[in-house]
Amino acid sequence: MSQADTTPVRQAASGLHRFANPARFARLSSRILPWSAGLAGALMLLGLLLALLVVPPDYQQGESVRIMYVHVPAAWMALFCYVFLAAASAVGLIWRHPLADLTAKATAPVGALFTFAALVTGSLWGKPMWGTWWVWDARLTSVLILFFLYLGYMALWQAIDDGAKAARAAAILALVGVVNVPIIKFSVEWWNTLHQPASVLRLDGPTIDASMLWPLLVMALGFKAYFVTVLLLRLRTELAERRLRAFRRRALAEG
Amino acid sequence: MEGIGAFFAMGGYAAFVWPAFAVTLGLMAALGWSTWRRLKAAERALAALEAAGEAAVEDEAT
Repeated sequence: MSQADTTPVRQAASGLHRFANPARFARLSSRILPWSAGLAGALMLLGLLLALLVVPPDYQQGESVRIMYVHVPAAWMALFCYVFLAAASAVGLIWRHPLADLTAKATAPVGALFTFAALVTGSLWGKPMWGTWWVWDARLTSVLILFFLYLGYMALWQAIDDGAKAARAAAILALVGVVNVPIIKFSVEWWNTLHQPASVLRLDGPTIDASMLWPLLVMALGFKAYFVTVLLLRLRTELAERRLRAFRRRALAEG
Repeated sequence: MEGIGAFFAMGGYAAFVWPAFAVTLGLMAALGWSTWRRLKAAERALAALEAAGEAAVEDEAT
């Protein structure tokens, strides 16, 4: 074989060598996935049974309080996913670990989903309880901004062709948007909001009764396990699609 | 049977409670399913390419 014939193969081989890690990731994720998926299913089923059948109706809110069992875990996940995404972005920017950027990218749709669910369930809870679907108070507005941040983050990845440049731009957006997270968390204390103040994550401890708190924690854990499951699946997909693109580039170079 | 009716009525809040659960769980299921489908499609394409690649290498070797 002449030099000209082997060069594209060697270049492709060194490029593919970078993707040797995905095999290890595939093995690790194969071990974790059945557990995270099983936990997600079991915890959410238990949480739903508790939320819909066991929890007593609230003396003020009646049965509408059950909405809390999707609204609050979704809101918690919306915030958690963003912090996780921003941390992964920082790792990607500082240490240039390829999996870090992909982790952030894979987290975004999940976080956006939970933010949307928090907004919708919040409206469905607010209408009977507050008499309005929406109000521009600090909590609701900052969560809406969070939703737009997720969308903008995902749009950057889509809009920029070069993977490395897309990762950088998206990471910068993610880190700039982190300032929104403490605003969301403390909005109900710093401003006079229609949204009620914290009843669970408070310095003095939860003000919510244990019979209502436990199902909330079960649902929250179930949502977490769901997040781990979907994240790992999306990461495997990203790595597989990258290998596909590398294969096709090599085929083009040789052909 | 009256109990089940009361359960679905959710004390008059049915129009708010059930859509809240449906939207949240429905979206979660949709994302999970869409993610699964995309992964399987990518893995199938990779397996096909790798099988073709091995066949090509065998052809070159002979």
